[in-house]
Amino acid sequence: MLDTAHTTPTPKTYAGATGDWEIVIGMEVHAQVSTRSKLFSGASTLFGAEPNSNVAFVDAGMPGMLPVINEECVAQAVRTGLGLKAEINLTSAFDRKNYFYPDLPQGYQISQLYHPIVGEGEVLVELGDGAARLVRIERIHLEQDAGKSIHDMDPNMSFVDLNRTGVALMEIVSRPDIRSPEEAAAYVVKLRQILRYLGTCDGNMQNGNLRADVNVSVCRPGQYEKYQESQDFSHLGTRCEIKNMNSMRFIQAAIEVEAKRQIAIIEDGGEIDQETRLYDPDKNETRSMRSKEEAHDYRYFPDPDLLPLEIEQDWVDALGAALPELPDAKKARFIGDYGLSDYDASVLTAEAENAAYFEAAVEAAGDGKLAANWVINDLFGALKNDGDKDITESPVTPAQLGGIIKLIKSDVISGKIAKDLFEIVYNEGGEPAEIVEARGMKQVTDTGAIEAALNEIIAANPAQVEKAKENPKLAGWFVGQVMKATGGKANPKAVNELVAKKLAG
Amino acid sequence: MSIDTETARRVAKLARIAVPEEELPALAGEFNAILGFIEQLGEVDVEGVEPMVSVTPQRLPRRDDVVTDGDQQARVLANAPDAREGFFAVPKVVE
Repeated sequence: MLDTAHTTPTPKTYAGATGDWEIVIGMEVHAQVSTRSKLFSGASTLFGAEPNSNVAFVDAGMPGMLPVINEECVAQAVRTGLGLKAEINLTSAFDRKNYFYPDLPQGYQISQLYHPIVGEGEVLVELGDGAARLVRIERIHLEQDAGKSIHDMDPNMSFVDLNRTGVALMEIVSRPDIRSPEEAAAYVVKLRQILRYLGTCDGNMQNGNLRADVNVSVCRPGQYEKYQESQDFSHLGTRCEIKNMNSMRFIQAAIEVEAKRQIAIIEDGGEIDQETRLYDPDKNETRSMRSKEEAHDYRYFPDPDLLPLEIEQDWVDALGAALPELPDAKKARFIGDYGLSDYDASVLTAEAENAAYFEAAVEAAGDGKLAANWVINDLFGALKNDGDKDITESPVTPAQLGGIIKLIKSDVISGKIAKDLFEIVYNEGGEPAEIVEARGMKQVTDTGAIEAALNEIIAANPAQVEKAKENPKLAGWFVGQVMKATGGKANPKAVNELVAKKLAG
Repeated sequence: MSIDTETARRVAKLARIAVPEEELPALAGEFNAILGFIEQLGEVDVEGVEPMVSVTPQRLPRRDDVVTDGDQQARVLANAPDAREGFFAVPKVVE
């Protein structure tokens, strides 16, 4: 489990009135499972439908309705577990978590408290500059999502939509291994990336398909190490759970403000109450969700409607064999095979679609480094300026981009002309080699033509020639003039050589 | 385990069942009788016996990931005390 390729980041410290403090963070990420239908009913999971139209009687908690598990939800949880290098439990079971709230009409959430489907795993969270935190996963369990309440449509009523009720969630529970707000956000980014690669959750945080509960506590320096040695939580401070956050920015801000709140209370001689809190981004504060306190008596018990979930090792192995290449492996391969920098490889593997585009462009171009530069600088830049388009909407195909790069590599066009060519292909389409031919964009490597142009310039500017002979730095002016005279098509290397030769002679 | 009036009140509240104050002691008594009955099971020695989850050996039935249900807004809302614009309308429940 030791990660030797990276250095361990230093935990963030907060200077209090009585000395330094550190924070300890554990996260519960709720990821909506990508499936067509719900965990225990045949209703659709599609987002944005008419209210209460994706609802089966099972989801509405109608008497006598029985849940039947969606096998694909189980497969997705197993894939996720394998992707996080976790142990898969061949026997797991469902429990009822009892609470009363209008968005869950059953009166209980079907979850997996005692026997989750996935056990211990890990996520490597890279933080730049070769530092990375290995965050241990404690468990992943399957459970039902609740519905959605809307509170602002009527002054006295809440409006409830059960479309999301019963959609499958994976709750991914980490160990308290995260030590700064930045690490917490980076952890969610990495987890989201892995889930998207696996295709087990689309990671759409705006729609609430990925949300995080964050457990925060503070302790004195040295205490965390004692916890690590003994796994005894009494070395750590009392934690508070900040519920339901769906943006990286809010996660960081909430942890920051919550840590400071706890430090202030302890330094004032007070004690932290273990409680559930809500982050208010407008006021940048967390506050207690007192109403949840009583509901926290969940009275879990095994769901009598559902037999234990037994899966077979062969099935798990088959799912494992079909997993796609995951971000860490892909990034390492890009660095190793194409000689990319760590940064470029990270950018290109951030989304599976980017990586696929890049690899197709490499195939067409026959050059990994050039392809990486063109995708990252030119293509991403153009897409961003073009209404922040997604790479899947790129008007330039990998084959076209590869074609442009090939023309540079074979000295048919100069790098400067290539930028113009890229713009033409982006805006008008077409086959790069044909465009170059048709529009006369070929680079002039014919030294005779370059020399002729240079001779003319030298003849017309005798004063400049004298100056340049004394100060070789001025040779650049001649190079520029030749490029101008040839419409940028002269091979810069040939021009430089010729200019140097002429001025020396 | 013994249920007192206070516990009976709490259980009733969690179950969202309104129980008049004067009926709580009797209710607690009934709970105790039920628990006493169930505690008799503790007399059986189950050391080394695998927990039984089903009378007949069965595999948990599975469903394929296909949309087979839904599109019945009117039927879903039919029993609701109040529904507006396709939503269940309930007393305000905001944090």
